[in-house]
Amino acid sequence: MLRLEKRPSPSRGWTIATPVLAVVLTMIAGGLMFAALGKNPVEAIRIIFWDPLFNMQFASYARPQILVKAGPLILIAIGLSLGFRAGVWNIGAEGQYIMGALAGAAFGLAFYPSESPLIFPGMIIAGALAGWAWAMIPAILKTRFRTNEILVSLLLVYVAEKLLASAATGLLRNPEGRGFPGSRQLNRIESMNNPELIANTGMHWGVVVAFIAVIMAYVLLNKHLLGYQIKLAGQAPRAARFAGVKPNRLIMLCLGTSGALAGLAGLFEVTGPAGQISIDFNVGYGFTAIIVAFLGRLHPVGILLAGLLMALTYIGGELAQLMLQIPAPAIQAFQGMLLFFLLAVDVLTNYRIRIKTEGVA
Amino acid sequence: MSGPALLSIKGITKAYPGVVANSDVSFDIQPGTVHALLGENGAGKSTLVKMIYGLVRPDSGSMEMNGASYTPAEPRAARASGVAMVFQHFSLFEALNVAENISLGMENPPRQRDLAQQIREVSDAYGLPLDPDRLVGDLSAGERQRVEIVRCLLQDPKLLVMDEPTSVLTPQEVEILFRTLRTLRDEGTSILYISHKLEEIRVLCNEATILRLGKVVGECDPRDTSAAEMAEMMVGKSLATPARGNTQLGPVVLKVSGLSVDPATPFGTPLRHIGIELHAGEVLGIGGVAGNGQDELLATLSGETPTAPGSVMLNRQPIGNMGPNARRALGLLCAPEERLGHAAAPDMSLVENALLTARMRKGLDRSGFIDWKATRAFASEVIETYDVRTPGPDNAARSLSGGNLQKFVIGREIMQDPKVLVVNQPTWGVDASAAAAIRQAILDLAQSGAGVIVISQDLDELLEVADNFTALNEGRLSNVRATKGLTMETIGLMLGGAHDMRDPDAETIHVEA
Repeated sequence: MLRLEKRPSPSRGWTIATPVLAVVLTMIAGGLMFAALGKNPVEAIRIIFWDPLFNMQFASYARPQILVKAGPLILIAIGLSLGFRAGVWNIGAEGQYIMGALAGAAFGLAFYPSESPLIFPGMIIAGALAGWAWAMIPAILKTRFRTNEILVSLLLVYVAEKLLASAATGLLRNPEGRGFPGSRQLNRIESMNNPELIANTGMHWGVVVAFIAVIMAYVLLNKHLLGYQIKLAGQAPRAARFAGVKPNRLIMLCLGTSGALAGLAGLFEVTGPAGQISIDFNVGYGFTAIIVAFLGRLHPVGILLAGLLMALTYIGGELAQLMLQIPAPAIQAFQGMLLFFLLAVDVLTNYRIRIKTEGVA
Repeated sequence: MSGPALLSIKGITKAYPGVVANSDVSFDIQPGTVHALLGENGAGKSTLVKMIYGLVRPDSGSMEMNGASYTPAEPRAARASGVAMVFQHFSLFEALNVAENISLGMENPPRQRDLAQQIREVSDAYGLPLDPDRLVGDLSAGERQRVEIVRCLLQDPKLLVMDEPTSVLTPQEVEILFRTLRTLRDEGTSILYISHKLEEIRVLCNEATILRLGKVVGECDPRDTSAAEMAEMMVGKSLATPARGNTQLGPVVLKVSGLSVDPATPFGTPLRHIGIELHAGEVLGIGGVAGNGQDELLATLSGETPTAPGSVMLNRQPIGNMGPNARRALGLLCAPEERLGHAAAPDMSLVENALLTARMRKGLDRSGFIDWKATRAFASEVIETYDVRTPGPDNAARSLSGGNLQKFVIGREIMQDPKVLVVNQPTWGVDASAAAAIRQAILDLAQSGAGVIVISQDLDELLEVADNFTALNEGRLSNVRATKGLTMETIGLMLGGAHDMRDPDAETIHVEA
């Protein structure tokens, strides 16, 4: 008989090993799924995990795409992880991401066709502020009226999507675009462009900011009192109040930070890889970042690796669709398995498995 | 005692990973007796009764009821065999009334009206006043226990198991309970009575089995065994009572006046007109049955519940509106009752838990950046000074036993050199030797000139450490009395809410508990 036995302290070894084990289990289960679909599982796994990086035919396109996709995921997930650690559940990063892109783009376009070097920094600030402000709505409602931030932040995503559609077809529509929805191409305007900083790497300002966010979050959580208070509030709210933590301030701070970082991610996306405000500008980074945050164990370095891995499965998944005609839902199921297995094997961090042989009296 | 035993326990062994809870335990419970099961926390009493009640299955050994094999697979089977149990922690719904609560625990509940009638009959017959229509949320702890007892009595049990029943009762309520238990015994019901309070076992029980570290270490007739002898069997060594020096009271260090706080939850306790004057060098004991405002009072002193500035004064400085850390900076430290989750974060290491309260006074951060080296040093110092048994400061708080964590929590506060220390239930769930160490540390602290408030439900503890005594009842404090010369009866009246006993000799007689 198998028994689960609670460990006196969480196992450090398993904390690191569970994500690796989850990836391996995902490969096995995913391989079985691909086999059931009549595809060669080994080839499918190879295309998803190996070819984007090392197959010369694809790598020149795919490798830069990894950073392009990982950048916003990491940036948003770092912000979310702070809140998740404190027990503040911002599920609406997607909305904050949209609002950051909208406000940043609106700020830049308001000055069109000025070529001032201050425009891009101004857009960055506008993007961060808009994401912050959008996240302040659930924060204020929660602290004043005890509403549930999960619901409020999630529903505001749909509000933001409507605003995006409205802006893309109205306020921010390209006057020279022959009536087509969508704004001007921001990445073709010198003063608003977020360029690829090193050719063929995918590295743009958003990726740089994401890396800085990883380092700052690491320092915050390990060296700073605020990080300690965030962890304390999440683990033992009553002890946190006893330690002098003001819960409302922490809620404001966590939601605000995650909103601002999501807003930044949106701004860098709209001025770089996406290039313009369009109806379908958002592609779900804000939601995927939730998976990335948990896949990375809410740890900054873990999130960095998880973001890169998630980006790899996206690129690899697209490749597999293209090369093996694996249907898109199967790829999504594959990505879902990753989170599923991670949460499932997570139990090993806090419990050990005992095999009990003797019978019970 | 002769004749066939009601319940015979034969060589029961039960092991949990890392600990043997019961090892080859054997004893008999005769019909119509009150049998005490005596032992310290962790001696294996709870595991044993859980097996009798069918909640846990033994690894080996057997039980016999009236000569027939008795192997309850679940509590329902145990109840069918005539075993009923009153737990230490009640399982009642506060928003339902007494009759509804009782019917929830029954297999075939009769109609509400019939049940209410039965409840009245049983509570009358056994002298347990209880109104079936009252909401449980409005009942005192003693009354809630009566609900649990009546629930058991309705099953007409042959064996009634009671786990630490008096820990939540006033002395007067204890008397009522004992009268009921004696009536039951005289009617032929056996009672297995679990406790570590020796005096009450001596007056109530006529058989006792003593457990230590999961083994039976002795049996005796408590009526002619002294408390000291039983304590020695229980602990395995004789205990030093905490020594206190001469108390030289200094000036008032903490003054609470006109403090009233509304409850935070529907069934919470409001605080009403609390007034306290604590002198330097004084240990003030605040007695009271759980749920009379102890947590709320501690929260107003620790700063978790802010109040009007002038209602709490520390060294003549108004601090009522200050948060916990501002108060710590001024020297007011607290140790709450709930160790895991309030005084300490369960999954955090002892180093991180040292930071929890010691940051201000020990200077463990520089402009927000934590000095982990100094924090670790402080944690290690607490562990060493207070003999906290743990492999090291990096272990999670939850990995420590209750007593060891409590020593860490109390040590953490005392080693910050407080001007005033407030502790709630300092030795709850702590084994006897650790409890003695904690009480000694409290006395030493007061000796060094700090003022200490000890909130506790353990009256013996308060009589041992406190210079002055007051009781908390429904959020009100009684007048402060010197501990010396207090009788249990007076204390009982104070706990029961007789607030106006200015002159003890003249007025106690008129006050009803």
